[in-house]
Amino acid sequence: MELYELTVHELSDLIKEKKVSTVEVTKSFLDRIEKIDSKVGSYLSVLGEDAVKRAMEVQEKIDKGEAKSPLSGIPVAIKDNICTEGIKTTCASKMLHNFVPPYNATVTKKLLSDNAVIIGKLNMDEFAMGGSTENSFFKPTKNPWDLERVPGGSSGGSAAAVAANLTAFALGSDTGGSIRQPASFCGVVGMKPTYGAVSRFGLVAFASSLDQIGPLTKDVTDCAMVLNCITGYDPMDSTSAKVEYPDYTKALVNDVKGLKIGIPKEYMGEGLNSEVREAVLKAVEVLKELGAQCEEFSLPLTEYAIPAYYIISSAEASSNLARYDGIKYGYRAEKFTDLLDLYKQTRSEGFGTEVKRRIMIGTYALSSGYYDAYYKKALQLRTLIKKGFDEAFQKYDVILGPTAPTTAYKLGEKVNNPLEMYLGDIYTVSVNIAGLPGLVVPCGFDSNGLPIGLQLIGKPFDESTLLRVGFTFEQNTDYNKRARIGGEL
Amino acid sequence: MKITKETIEHVANLARLNLSEEEKSTLALDMEQIISYVDKLNELDTSQVEPTNHVIPISNVFREDKSEASYPREKILANAPSSENGCFKVPKIVE
Repeated sequence: MELYELTVHELSDLIKEKKVSTVEVTKSFLDRIEKIDSKVGSYLSVLGEDAVKRAMEVQEKIDKGEAKSPLSGIPVAIKDNICTEGIKTTCASKMLHNFVPPYNATVTKKLLSDNAVIIGKLNMDEFAMGGSTENSFFKPTKNPWDLERVPGGSSGGSAAAVAANLTAFALGSDTGGSIRQPASFCGVVGMKPTYGAVSRFGLVAFASSLDQIGPLTKDVTDCAMVLNCITGYDPMDSTSAKVEYPDYTKALVNDVKGLKIGIPKEYMGEGLNSEVREAVLKAVEVLKELGAQCEEFSLPLTEYAIPAYYIISSAEASSNLARYDGIKYGYRAEKFTDLLDLYKQTRSEGFGTEVKRRIMIGTYALSSGYYDAYYKKALQLRTLIKKGFDEAFQKYDVILGPTAPTTAYKLGEKVNNPLEMYLGDIYTVSVNIAGLPGLVVPCGFDSNGLPIGLQLIGKPFDESTLLRVGFTFEQNTDYNKRARIGGEL
Repeated sequence: MKITKETIEHVANLARLNLSEEEKSTLALDMEQIISYVDKLNELDTSQVEPTNHVIPISNVFREDKSEASYPREKILANAPSSENGCFKVPKIVE
C-alpha cells in the first residue's frame, strides 16, 4: 500500500513508531499530485520544496520529542479562502489572484502548532459561491470518480483531493452545504461543525452568520482528530463560542443502541433521486439493526429554507464583498475615469458572474423599500426554522437524511441555470441557518458508480453524537473502504 | 415580481458594478426568477415572529481597551495595487 492511500490515523501511528519519516509521507503526496492532479485540478498552489523543508523541520521536532500532536507530520491541503501567511490565497477569484495574506487564519495557526505539513491550497467556487467548483476563476475541478463530472462545491478541490488521495486531509468551508455536498459527491467524510465551534478569523467572509470551516477526511476517525485541532474559543472571532470542547476521538464508539434518529419526510419525498433514496433507506436499516430507533417525522418549513438562505447569504455577501474596491489589496482596474469608476471597473472586472449575481440579489434585498419584505422576512424564517429543529431535538438525538438530491452531475450541466443549482442545496441549507453541526459519510454508490452521502444533523455542540453514529455506520459497512481512489485516474 | 432595467441599473450603482447591456438583461431575468421564488416566503404569516440575526446566545463581545502592536507597514503595503512613500496611492478626489 502506498503512503498516500493511508488515513491520518494510520500515518500518525507509522510516524510515531518511526516506521516512516515525515519527509517520505510528504513526498508521497507531492509525487502523486505531480502525477495526477493535472487530471483532477484540485490544487491552485502546491507548496513543493517548502512543504518538504517544513516536513524536515517537523521530523527534527519529533526526534527531539517536541512534537506530540497526532497530526505531526501529516500533510494537509487548505481551501483557498483560508488565509495562510506568505502563501497566495485567491478565493479562486481574479479579485484576489495575487493576494498574499500577511497573517495566518486561526485554523492555520492551529494546524501549524500541531505540526501538520501544509502542502497546498485548494480550488473552490469563487468566493465560496456555488455548488460545483465550476465558478472558479482559474479552472474547474473534476470529480475523481468520473472526470466528466463535478466534484460538487464550493469545497470541490478539498473533496476531490481527499477522494483521490492527493492529501491526507483537507479543510473546507460550509455556508449552505459547501463541505457536505462535495463530500457526498466525492465519497469522503465531511463535517460542518456547530456555528461558533471553529474560528472564522482568517476565513475570507462570504456570509458571516452562516460560514464555518470544517474537515474533509477519508474516515470518521480522521474527522475527529482534525476537529480536536481546529475547534476552540478564539478571542479574534467575536462569534466564537465559549463552551467546553471535548476530545472528539472519545466519541469513536461502535454503538448506537437506543439512539433516537428522526428522518424528515420532507427530505425523502419528491425531487430526491430514487437511487439516493434507496441508499439512505438502506442506511436506516443498518442503524436499526444495530439498535437505533428510527422514525419519520415532519419538518414543515423545509421548502422555505432555500429562499431564506439565498436572501440571508446574498445580503451578507453583498456587505462582505463591499471591501473589494481595488484600493488596499487585490485587483485594480487599469482604466478608470474617477474614484467611483475605479470601484465599478475593478469590481466588474474582478468578480465572476455568479458573484455579481449574488451581490445584486443581496443589494436588492437590503435596499430601501425591500429590506422588510426580504431580509427581515428571511430572518424571521430563521427563527422558525431554528424552532423547528429545537422541537425535533426534544424527541430525537440525531436527524438523518440525504445530503443532495442527486449524485454528481456532468460539468456544464447546470451552469446556465442558477435556480436549479440553488435547489440542490435543499437538504443542507437549513443546517447552516440553524447553526447546527452536520456530518456526511459515504453510504453507497449509484448505478454509475458515483458516491452517495448520508447526512447526519446534530444538536448544537453535539458533534460527538454525530461522530459516534458515523463511526458505528462506518464500522458496520464497507462503503468507506470502497471510497478510496488509488492508482492512476 | 418584474425586475426592470431601471431597477437593475439602480442596484448595480449601489453595488458599485458596471454591467454591459447583455449582463443587464441576463441579470434581470435571473433575478426575476430568483426573487419570484423568494416571494414564496410571503406564504407564511410571520407578523408575530422576532427576526434572528444570530443563532447562538452571545452578546456584547468586547476586549480590554489595551493598545498592542499592529502589523509592520511594509507587510500591509505589500498587496497594494499602487503605493508611494508608505501610503496607498489613489485617484484624486478633491479638486
